[in-house]
Amino acid sequence: MLEIKNLHASVNGKEILKGLSLTVKPGETHAIMGPNGSGKSTLASVIVGNPVFEVTKGTIHFEGKDLMELEPEERANEGVFLSFQYPVEIPGVSMVNFLRTAINEQRKYKELPAMTASDFLRYMREKKALIDMDNQLTNRSVNEGFSGGEKKKNEIFQMAMLEPKLAILDETDSGLDIDALRVVAHGVNKLKTPENSTVLITHYQRLLEYIVPDFVHVLHDGKIVKSGGKELALELEAKGYDWLR
Amino acid sequence: MEKQYIELYKANHELIKEHAAPITNVSRDDAMAKFERLGFPTTKHEDYLYTNLKPIFSADYGLNFKRLDFPVDPYKTFQCDVPEIHGYQYFVVNDGFYPPKENANGNLPEGVIICGLKEASERYPELVAQYYGKLTSQKEDALIAFNEAFAQDGFFMYVPQNVQMDKPVQLINIMRSDVDLMANSRNLIIIERGAKAQLLVCEHAMDDLHFVANRVSEVFVAENAIYEDYKLENTHSKTFNFATVLIDQQESSDTLTNLITLNNGLTRNNIEIAMNGEDCKTELCGMMVGGNEQQIDNQTMILHNKPNSLSDELFKYILDDKAKGAFTGRIFVEKDAQKTLAYQLNRNILLSKTAKVRSRPQLEIYADDVKCSHGATTGHIDEQALFYMRSRGISLEEARLLLMYAFTADVIDNIRIPTLADRMKFLVEQRLRGELGMHDGCSLCMH
Repeated sequence: MLEIKNLHASVNGKEILKGLSLTVKPGETHAIMGPNGSGKSTLASVIVGNPVFEVTKGTIHFEGKDLMELEPEERANEGVFLSFQYPVEIPGVSMVNFLRTAINEQRKYKELPAMTASDFLRYMREKKALIDMDNQLTNRSVNEGFSGGEKKKNEIFQMAMLEPKLAILDETDSGLDIDALRVVAHGVNKLKTPENSTVLITHYQRLLEYIVPDFVHVLHDGKIVKSGGKELALELEAKGYDWLR
Repeated sequence: MEKQYIELYKANHELIKEHAAPITNVSRDDAMAKFERLGFPTTKHEDYLYTNLKPIFSADYGLNFKRLDFPVDPYKTFQCDVPEIHGYQYFVVNDGFYPPKENANGNLPEGVIICGLKEASERYPELVAQYYGKLTSQKEDALIAFNEAFAQDGFFMYVPQNVQMDKPVQLINIMRSDVDLMANSRNLIIIERGAKAQLLVCEHAMDDLHFVANRVSEVFVAENAIYEDYKLENTHSKTFNFATVLIDQQESSDTLTNLITLNNGLTRNNIEIAMNGEDCKTELCGMMVGGNEQQIDNQTMILHNKPNSLSDELFKYILDDKAKGAFTGRIFVEKDAQKTLAYQLNRNILLSKTAKVRSRPQLEIYADDVKCSHGATTGHIDEQALFYMRSRGISLEEARLLLMYAFTADVIDNIRIPTLADRMKFLVEQRLRGELGMHDGCSLCMH
């Protein structure tokens, strides 16, 4: 599904990713762990096409398509989704308007007719119930005035609405208390199917108690330095990242 | 530059007076003398730093002193097919009031008078004389003096005590000519105690010619009266529109002024709202979506002359290409105007490197127990928000549109006529998409 080969990327001339390779197959859940500054968030940003980062070398393919050739919106419409570490507030743009536009842009991309207003509202109700999303949040502007936990939950809600094939969750656990973490993880697990894949980017092992990965990779200085099964996360938790340096 | 107009007046003042009502002739010579003394303000004048009158007023324009027949029947040309918006509909063609067909508007509420200023001055001389020139005479303003010297007609509205207009009044200003043309029209609006009226002014230009409109309105809003004034301009790049609106508010009155400019050449709004009674409220807002070489200059003055009044001011511009915007927000709080609340905000988005905006908040506060705030921001579209939306599959173009639309939303939300707000949303979206033509009809009325 996702195939990254020898990826080098930099921001403002500073190289962050230094030859990263990763393969994710349909249905798999991968966790990418690593200390601060190792390049975890850069990897997520580069996959979804954040223009701030420059890819200097290497390839990213998604279902055989060269992602580097696609605009961020095209990548999204191909089925790549990023749950942002810091979701952006957009005052004046209502959640409903935002999501309806996104859904209909995706349908246009797939050459499907636009969803009617009533179908859309029904669809949104279903998804809200699925992940237990608060009604009053969807009546507000996108992320405006949301608490940290609400923002993260809103990311998962958007994921539920857009039904991506590949979801990248960037530090979805950061800033969440244990209850909020449980709710968000529960949402992610509900959305899991045998076909779709998840990449969890996290600093701590904590999240992996709730969303159990098939593979764990350790990122250090822009490269994956160790890969293993879910037990690798526990080992890291016990020994710290220094163990791998 | 002034000379040609002074001579024009000398040569034609008898003709002008002959085709105007006596009340409006009383101050005409004095107004011309005032204009002669003041001259057009240059760009060295503090109020005109960003609007250069010289190239506009140096050119030659026709003026219709003889009141030749109207070159168009607006009732035939303009078909308004959104009846819930148009309310009572009136036209001023160039600078002359175009009398509506009999019963075109059905019956106005009892006692309400709406007609041309010339007709009003002849039929209700006492009423007009009581108000005409009361606000303008105190002003040392060349464009007002110029208007007073040349204006022969305009729009007149009188809403008597405690009459609440059931529908909005729509005034459509149309520029229509076969040669470059200048129009000086004069409006007088009187809202008596406890009355309520909503006026929607639409500005249009029909021909591909140069037009100058210099319109002056005096508005009197008495105790407990409510007055809403909406202006929508959708003209073209050769239209130079000067609109001076002077509003006198008495105790516990409430006014709303909302100025929306979508297509134009150069527009200068001079708005002055004087709250001369206690417990007044005024909302003043405006918006411009400009591209090419469009120019907008909003010069606003809010006078808190008495205690306990509230003013809330909001102007927003989205400028692309070489468009230019200017905003001056003056707020003056008199010494004994305690408990004044005055809020002002000007926010702008520049879409190109060549678009420019000048923002000048000017607060003069002489009372000590007041709450005043002002803010001005100018920036570009929020790149982070753009990327966030794109990462959800929304195209760059659509994402930009959503953000710009959101940016204008609070000005549109400040329209208290729901059908007009809906129509305005549609027009703004069309304008943002670059699909709003400067067609020769009324854009409010077309599907």
